[in-house]
Amino acid sequence: MLHIVACIKQVPDTKIIKMNPKTNTMDRASAPAILNPYDAHAVEEAVRLKKKYGGTVSVLTMGPPPAVKAIKKCIELGADEGYMISDRAFAGADTLATSYALTKALEKIAKQRPIDLVICGKMTIDGDTGQVGPGIARRLHIPPLTGVKKVVEINKEKGYAIVHRKLEDGYEVVRSTLPCLFTVEKDINDISFAPLPNMIKAARYQPTIWTADDLEDVDRKQLGLKGSPTIVSKVWAPPKPEGGELLEGSTKEKVEQLLSLVLVKKELFQ
Amino acid sequence: MNFDDYRGIWVYLEVKDGNIAPVSLELLGAGRQLADKRKTELAGVLIGSSVKQLASTAFTYGADVVYVYDNPIFVYYRTEPYMRALLDCCEKHKPEVLLYGATPTGKDLASAIATDLPTGLTADTTILDIEEDTGLLLASRPAFGGNIMATILCKKYRPQMATVRPKVMKALPPDPSRTGKIVEEHIELREEDMRTKVLEIVREAKKARIDEADIIVAGGKGMGSKEGFQLIHQLAEVLGGAVGASRDVVEAGWIDHHHQVGQTGVTVTPKIYFAIGISGAIQHVVGMQNSELIIAINKDPNAPIFQSCHYGIVGDAFEIVPLLIERFKEEIPKVKAAADVKEEIRHA
Ligand SMILES: Cc1cc2nc3c(=O)[nH]c(=O)nc-3n(C[C@H](O)[C@H](O)[C@H](O)COP(=O)(O)OP(=O)(O)OC[C@H]3O[C@@H](n4cnc5c(N)ncnc54)[C@H](O)[C@@H]3O)c2cc1C
Ligand SMILES: Cc1cc2nc3c(=O)[nH]c(=O)nc-3n(C[C@H](O)[C@H](O)[C@H](O)COP(=O)(O)OP(=O)(O)OC[C@H]3O[C@@H](n4cnc5c(N)ncnc54)[C@H](O)[C@@H]3O)c2cc1C
Repeated sequence: MLHIVACIKQVPDTKIIKMNPKTNTMDRASAPAILNPYDAHAVEEAVRLKKKYGGTVSVLTMGPPPAVKAIKKCIELGADEGYMISDRAFAGADTLATSYALTKALEKIAKQRPIDLVICGKMTIDGDTGQVGPGIARRLHIPPLTGVKKVVEINKEKGYAIVHRKLEDGYEVVRSTLPCLFTVEKDINDISFAPLPNMIKAARYQPTIWTADDLEDVDRKQLGLKGSPTIVSKVWAPPKPEGGELLEGSTKEKVEQLLSLVLVKKELFQ
Repeated sequence: MNFDDYRGIWVYLEVKDGNIAPVSLELLGAGRQLADKRKTELAGVLIGSSVKQLASTAFTYGADVVYVYDNPIFVYYRTEPYMRALLDCCEKHKPEVLLYGATPTGKDLASAIATDLPTGLTADTTILDIEEDTGLLLASRPAFGGNIMATILCKKYRPQMATVRPKVMKALPPDPSRTGKIVEEHIELREEDMRTKVLEIVREAKKARIDEADIIVAGGKGMGSKEGFQLIHQLAEVLGGAVGASRDVVEAGWIDHHHQVGQTGVTVTPKIYFAIGISGAIQHVVGMQNSELIIAINKDPNAPIFQSCHYGIVGDAFEIVPLLIERFKEEIPKVKAAADVKEEIRHA
């Protein structure tokens, strides 16, 4: 029986996010919070593997209290258990501090039920770094397999996994020892519709919530802003481009002007 | 941590198809500027199997030193052995700054190294600078879907690390007379200890690489439908260019994702970029703004794309593009013929 933990994050929907044109700051209130779309694929894959091999899927998030909503969404997708670490001490974490806190939580989860596989999304749509998954793998001393687009086989008895990792012009077939960590591509699966019983379970579900004090052997200096080597020093609007010259005249005249602009670059057409 | 022990600007030299990846050459160009500002050395780290001879390419593009880890264990990229080699190199020679291409491999390796050292890692940087006196790296990156830029610092740890997007920095013109110092390094690694094994590499049919095209004709939602989008293909064909698209077009299923230009697509720098029926959202513009000549066609005179082009035509694509196709069909053969004549004269 496998125990798979998917790490998930609640993010502002950057599609809808509005900027305040006067202050160049983000109007966070304008953006609804959603489950990071890449993480939905991580949970979906975990649930598919559970159906195939048997086992349990847990999800883990670090975030403020409203992030419970993202966990409920994962329960709808078929996850069994949800864990959240939530504490002011975690605030302002960069990827190094995020992977530290998440690893401490994973170690605590593993004490209750050993973990065979951790699955993360390829990246988030807000921080957008893709650095957290490989960070967790290093801290847990397990192999990171980034860019997984297909899981071929998981063999718990023999202790290995075989996956396809995306390359720029194809893919590679890799075998890794278990436990290991995947970060998954969007094309690994299509998200299924949540069946009604899952929806009912999700509505009632209350995840386990831990503060920094609940975690064991935590070095507080490595948490949150304090434990973050990177500092966002300045946020600014990208410079506005100057604007081009609009061609004038009838359609025919515009087309002829365009033609001459392009054909000057003779070398491209020889 | 004594910052004075950390010196030099480093670039991780990613090897791709037996050569140094273009992004690494771009980073040598950017790194050269940082190194000159700091009056320090620019070094490359080369890890692979039979890669030593690539060091000369790195010198040509600006490196002073190349550290080489050459061993059959590095034949395919795997996090574990590569990470061990690079960590070994960092511990021995202590760089002040270490840059990686923001490619799947570069990001994988950089994230692992940052965790182990530990140090800060700025992701997907598009602008790099360094403070001359303090050596503080100023790495700026787009955030929140490209709506804002953030400058990220790593004040308390060394090395300062960043992954840098391909195509945003410029490689130096190669100078074959430049040479440098090769430092061969060794690290004990045994295949039996490696926990991952590459069983097979499957190359998929080479897709039209829009990031290598000189001419790109890109279409947006303004083309109305998959059928309307065919005009984009036709114009591209006449011009001998590649087809690009906005994300909305990809999401509508009119074309494959690998044609998408922009923040979550490909960054391109062609000689000519046509943006037709594309509104010019910031996420699209960041992917094409460094093109040499940008031409926009849009029926809305207030479309933001006109802010980001060199020349614009306000008008209906369905009227203008067919005319363009027709006229280019007539004119391009003439350009070709003129070139052939020149060629004949030269050979005569
Ligand atoms: C403007 C801005 C720029 C930033 N730039 C950087 C930077 O360059 N470098 C840096 O180190 N930090 C940076 N940060 C901080 C970074 O956004 C946070 O550390 C964030 O908590 C994690 O990074 P991410 O969202 O990029 O995650 P990613 O690494 O992109 O996420 C990958 C996967 O990790 C898992 N995961 C990530 N976060 C969580 C979580 N909280 N709970 C559970 N699972 C999670 C998910 O599976 C996710 O799919 C920046 C923050 C801001 C506001
Ligand atoms: C996190 C994030 C990442 C993103 N990444 C990308 C990315 O990588 N690449 C990308 O492109 N987008 C990206 N987007 C989406 C981006 O914000 C825009 O939604 C998208 O670029 C719009 O596509 P479009 O210009 O084709 O469509 P629209 O915005 O619908 O514009 C269509 C344009 O066509 C014009 N038009 C209509 N009919 C005609 C006609 N007959 N002739 C001429 N003109 C006509 C209209 O005036 C309009 O300007 C991203 C968004 C987010 C939030």
